[in-house]
Amino acid sequence: MAIITLNSISRTYNSKQVPVHALNCIDLSFDEGEFTAIVGPSGSGKTTLLNIVGGLDDPDEGDVVIDETKINALSGNEKIKFRLHHIGFIFQAYNLIPVLTARENVEFILELQGVPKSERKKRSAELLEAVGIPEKADIRPRQLSGGQQQRVAVARALASRPRFVLADEPTANLDSASAENLLAIMQELNQKENTTFIFSTHDERVVKMARRVVTLQDGKIKTDETS
Amino acid sequence: MLIKIAWRNIWRSPVRSWIIIAALLVGMFAGVFSSTFINGWMVQRLRDGVETETGHIQIFPDGYQNSREVSLYMKPGQLTGVLEHSAASATSPRLIVRGMAASAETARGIVAYGVDPDAEKQVLNLHEKIVEGTWFDSPYSRPIIIGQKLAEQLELKLKSRVVLRFQDVEGTLTGGSFRVAGIFRTSNTAFDEGHVWVKKETLSELLGISSQNCHSLVIRLNDAEQAMNVAGELQAELPGTEVVPWKELSPELGYLTELGNTYLYIFVIIILLALGFGIINTMLMVVLERVREIGMLMSVGMTRWRIFLMIVLETVMLSSTGGLLGIFLGMIAVWRLSITGIDLSVWSTGLTEMGFNPIVYLEWDAALVLSIALLVVATGVLASLYPAWKALKLKPSEAVRAI
Repeated sequence: MAIITLNSISRTYNSKQVPVHALNCIDLSFDEGEFTAIVGPSGSGKTTLLNIVGGLDDPDEGDVVIDETKINALSGNEKIKFRLHHIGFIFQAYNLIPVLTARENVEFILELQGVPKSERKKRSAELLEAVGIPEKADIRPRQLSGGQQQRVAVARALASRPRFVLADEPTANLDSASAENLLAIMQELNQKENTTFIFSTHDERVVKMARRVVTLQDGKIKTDETS
Repeated sequence: MLIKIAWRNIWRSPVRSWIIIAALLVGMFAGVFSSTFINGWMVQRLRDGVETETGHIQIFPDGYQNSREVSLYMKPGQLTGVLEHSAASATSPRLIVRGMAASAETARGIVAYGVDPDAEKQVLNLHEKIVEGTWFDSPYSRPIIIGQKLAEQLELKLKSRVVLRFQDVEGTLTGGSFRVAGIFRTSNTAFDEGHVWVKKETLSELLGISSQNCHSLVIRLNDAEQAMNVAGELQAELPGTEVVPWKELSPELGYLTELGNTYLYIFVIIILLALGFGIINTMLMVVLERVREIGMLMSVGMTRWRIFLMIVLETVMLSSTGGLLGIFLGMIAVWRLSITGIDLSVWSTGLTEMGFNPIVYLEWDAALVLSIALLVVATGVLASLYPAWKALKLKPSEAVRAI
């Protein structure tokens, strides 16, 4: 059953008076529990697509429907609240809060949701255990390796039990071993918690592990293959 | 968590934070120091003025204040009940006359007070300002107490003879010869050169007024702050008199504290205004450095209001740390200098000409310091608004990828 539906999505950027068609009439849907890679060359519209699905950007045309909510029709603050409760984000540059420890970074999202302290502690411990770094719970991001930081980011993205996780080039800054570890963890969480994962990536390892690969070119869907 | 993040954010760039904290610390130290310094100065002048010169309240016959006519005086029966007022602790009836004091060398215009020395000691502390001789404790039949400045002008010393000349109650020129029994020095040179004290019975004899009568009744209260209220109450009870509290007897004294406070607030606001721009600059740098982080916070679900609050909290904490530290250090300095005082004797001539004591004891004013502390917090809040607004204008999709 589709949890995300994109209907005729178009997005054009006016860069230096020259319009750039980042997305051109995209129709796409994602089912619950998918592990999908969005691939394509630079400028093909991967990041724009993730931004629009995540409500970080609005399409010029078309609608994004998530669980029957048309998110491009929501106000700025409504979108922020929607993201908090329904969407997890993993960024290429980890983007953890540097002044908080690994555990606090995970708990932060739960606190924004108003989850009680005891529950926050339990969930953060559970997730740090799941991503394999329970011993790093009280360490700040600066003292963690890139791979460890991205694992904390994964734990943070999953903290609120979102309907789906959007990951923008999650392995781009990682060495091979860290990238494979991270992918294995995400795959396990995808299967265990049935969380939908949607990646934008150039990384062949991610593509190989994905069960569905959507290829974009010049803002259009070139291929959409499910293995 | 928001408070924790804001506090820890301050220490992400410790050197920058310490610079702004140091600026606030110095600014607020200066604010507290100068406020208590000026307050001390004003309070001392006020205290000297009220305790040495005017007393808390004076009662005059109706019309005396304007005419200064010797023939306008009060009889004992007019003032019954004053001492019975619960707020009054002591009274001293005075005869007052304006005239000339002449020595063998020269003469000066003066105001002579005829007093009961013991009663006068109860209402004013002039007897404590005697630098030579005694407060009427002398073998002379007509002792006179004069100010040091007048003594210098008339070239008088202890035991010197001085002649007072004035008009009596009939308007006839009269006068008498007196011997200097005591010389006083207050912090107000103008007061010292224009006022002399003699015994009431001597002056009454020369003026031709019964020594039971008086031109003024000086009242000391248990609490000087009550002067206005008590004056109002006494005025209602004493028809045919003018009851004048110290603020009206010497209006410039009444304005002193208000003037001092106004000056202080202007001074502190100028300091905070200058510091406020420094804080704005720092916080703008903070926001610019954290564009990606702010974008991430918006992306993961932190509302714009919370981001705004986070920046405001950070700014308020930063400014409060420096401000409150400065106020605390200022309080320590004030505590010490309220005991030892600051010696400004180098400028004593000019200061005493204006009635100010050259040794200034810093005077604590809790309300003033609390106001300064609140102004620091308010500055923090105001200085945070523009940087916080800049943060709110960021688009999460762009900010999250900022370098």
